[in-house]
Amino acid sequence: MAEEIVQDVKVIVFQLKNEEYAVPVTQVGSIEKMEHITRVPNTESFIKGVINMRGVVTPIVDLRSRLGLEETPVDENTRIIIVDLDDTSIGLIVDAANDVVDIPVDKIEEAPQVIGAINIDYIDGVVKLEDRLVILLDLRKVLKFHEIEAIKSIES
Amino acid sequence: MEVDQYLGVFIEESKEHLQALNQHLLELEKQPEDIGVVNEIFRSAHTLKGMSATMGYQDLANLTHQMENVLDAIRNHQIKINPEILDVVFEAVDSLEEMVLDIESGGAGTKEVSELVSQLAAIESGEAPLQVAAAVAEEKVSDTSGLILDEFELAVLRESEEKGFQTFYTKVTLREDCMLKAARVYMVFEVLESLGEVVKSNPEVSQLEDEAFDLTFEVLFVTKEKKELIEEKVLKVSEIDAISIQNFFIDTYKHAQDEGKEEVTASAHEEKVQETTNEKKAQQSNKTIRVNIERLDILMNLFEELVIDRGRLEQIAEDVKHPELHETVERMARISGDLQSIVLTMRMVSIDQVFNRFPRMVRQLAKDLGKKIDLQIEGAETELDRTVIDEIGDPLVHLIRNSLDHGVETPEVRRELGKPETGTIKLKAYHSGNHVFIDITDDGAGINRKKVTEKAIKNGLITKEQAAIMTDNQVFGLIMQSGFSTADTISDISGRGVGLDVVRNTIESLGGTITINSEEGKGSIFSIELPLTLSIISVLLVEIQKEKYAVPLSSIIETAIIPKADIMYVHNQAVIDFRGRVVPLVSLKDVFQVPEVKEEADHYSVVIIKKGDKSAGLIVDGFIGQQEIVLKSLGNYLTEIFAISGATILGDGQVALIIDSNALIK
Repeated sequence: MAEEIVQDVKVIVFQLKNEEYAVPVTQVGSIEKMEHITRVPNTESFIKGVINMRGVVTPIVDLRSRLGLEETPVDENTRIIIVDLDDTSIGLIVDAANDVVDIPVDKIEEAPQVIGAINIDYIDGVVKLEDRLVILLDLRKVLKFHEIEAIKSIES
Repeated sequence: MEVDQYLGVFIEESKEHLQALNQHLLELEKQPEDIGVVNEIFRSAHTLKGMSATMGYQDLANLTHQMENVLDAIRNHQIKINPEILDVVFEAVDSLEEMVLDIESGGAGTKEVSELVSQLAAIESGEAPLQVAAAVAEEKVSDTSGLILDEFELAVLRESEEKGFQTFYTKVTLREDCMLKAARVYMVFEVLESLGEVVKSNPEVSQLEDEAFDLTFEVLFVTKEKKELIEEKVLKVSEIDAISIQNFFIDTYKHAQDEGKEEVTASAHEEKVQETTNEKKAQQSNKTIRVNIERLDILMNLFEELVIDRGRLEQIAEDVKHPELHETVERMARISGDLQSIVLTMRMVSIDQVFNRFPRMVRQLAKDLGKKIDLQIEGAETELDRTVIDEIGDPLVHLIRNSLDHGVETPEVRRELGKPETGTIKLKAYHSGNHVFIDITDDGAGINRKKVTEKAIKNGLITKEQAAIMTDNQVFGLIMQSGFSTADTISDISGRGVGLDVVRNTIESLGGTITINSEEGKGSIFSIELPLTLSIISVLLVEIQKEKYAVPLSSIIETAIIPKADIMYVHNQAVIDFRGRVVPLVSLKDVFQVPEVKEEADHYSVVIIKKGDKSAGLIVDGFIGQQEIVLKSLGNYLTEIFAISGATILGDGQVALIIDSNALIK
């Protein structure tokens, strides 16, 4: 029993389009309801702007847009997941977030390699939980600065 | 020991002690007879020594130790203070400062200080300590000679130190009624040899054998044993009156040792410890703690949130019209208002922190330049936000140097001009409104208007016609133009100008201004005006379509409503004629790609901004009003966004971006 517990990873599961994604709960600061976002001009299209997060100006990334999915209008399920990486707080807009799940490490499989898929490196792995398929995200790669730089150079 | 944990405290406190050292040394220079000041200096040095030894910074400890010895000799009237001694001590303090700074920047705090140490040691022993009949006299009489080590012996000591041996300086005093002195000495040596090795003795062994000494002899001794053990064993030899054992640092004692002083140090030790603890107690009664500035920032952030919620509560109370709720909210509003001012003032520190390094600097510079300067400081207690304090030091250093170097004349010249030989530089800080003013006044040569204009015309900064109509202030402002100082040497224009453009840029980047007043032959005044804090700035809130932006007031000349018909085009660039000047227009809506939701009016609201001498008009959709805002960074995820310098949180909790108008003027 004890061993199994040690090998579990607690993750926050959230929804984007029809798929379920997950990030380790240790990286998540809080989950917020959608609020007014101040647009920041001349930034990447997936950066929606900044919000006031308890006195700290926090940038907001639209995860759909970042992962190459089409953006959807905000509804009452839309959430902002505040993640903390290297002393930087960043908010991720997701379609819905309401689940905390323990994933046994040995159930994590490698992401399927699909030819032509872009930036697949930000997928840490895939977990099958009964009838659900959860994609584990590597936030560092999703949000990493060098990624942004790379995108910048592609766009220009 | 978890050294890292204490490193921050160590550095902070070391700096404080160094500052105290500098300050008191300067005082001492003025009043060489004041033993009270020497005591202060001694205390700082002593504490510094203890701290650095505890933290394992040996060079620091060695140097302070030797300095302490000199100071000790001074306060015991063994040495008379003279400028040469002070110079060496000042130099030592400089080296200490370097080492502390090195430690702060992650270094090991090592520095080649042996020369200084030997200089100090030479002062301590060489400068013919006068036998002043004081409390120490009794012991002094019997103590005359010192240990003199040659290179070979030093090498031996170094090597044994490297091998983990400790070196002890041991002084043994025999009982007055001792019958067989040589035999006792032999026995003591026997004991010592069984514990370690005697490197050196004073007097020499042969003399000891001949009983050619009074009652005391000294031994340098390397061992791995503990001090206490040695003491215990030596005392077992009969007819020994006393033994004192002290740690011996090679560097510190490279030169001759005066045993008397050593004795004094030893006996004074207790007393010193006492003093230090007393001082500690005195500090504690101040009841201050060090708080990381980040924590204050967090507190401030949280507090703003509270203020925003307070606003909402006030609104709700207003709506529901419940008297008790209303009353409570009002109370809360008052208390949080008080709290807010406390949180804000917590970040304030007195400008003394910056000013207090100048006396030292001026002393040195005056010496180097062969000038006589009287530095007067006023308003050192004036408080400023920490962030401003951190930034303002360098520009001030520059300006003071400038005044000293090029403003104040040499004593000879001043005498010829009928001025007092000693020039005066006055540093004055004071509050006025939301700003702090710092004036640097000198009674030197002043600025020669003609030469400045000539130079500026030559450098193409202004035309002859312009020069003729410029006010004095404008002319003097020229010396802070970048084009002015980068030109060849300008020492002929009373030298003003070198690097002053950098000073101006720094001050302007802090949201401040600098003006120069000068009268030829009488002197100059450099006046700096700075905001009290960098975290709160005055802005004009403007609206661009539905979005709100803040334009710092410091860069705004004025605002205007311009009918569309008044807009002209030069090379496709929209411009307006604004008070006789052609000012280019920038559409913020285009720059920031603001989504269009509102129809355009038939006139433009324009904010005229400046960057140095250039200006531009920013087209916005409306002015909301002037406001004090708390500056926030956009964090390190969103970096280098064009024309945005930061953000702030408005009363409704939303974020507004601050426009970096400098980026909008080419």
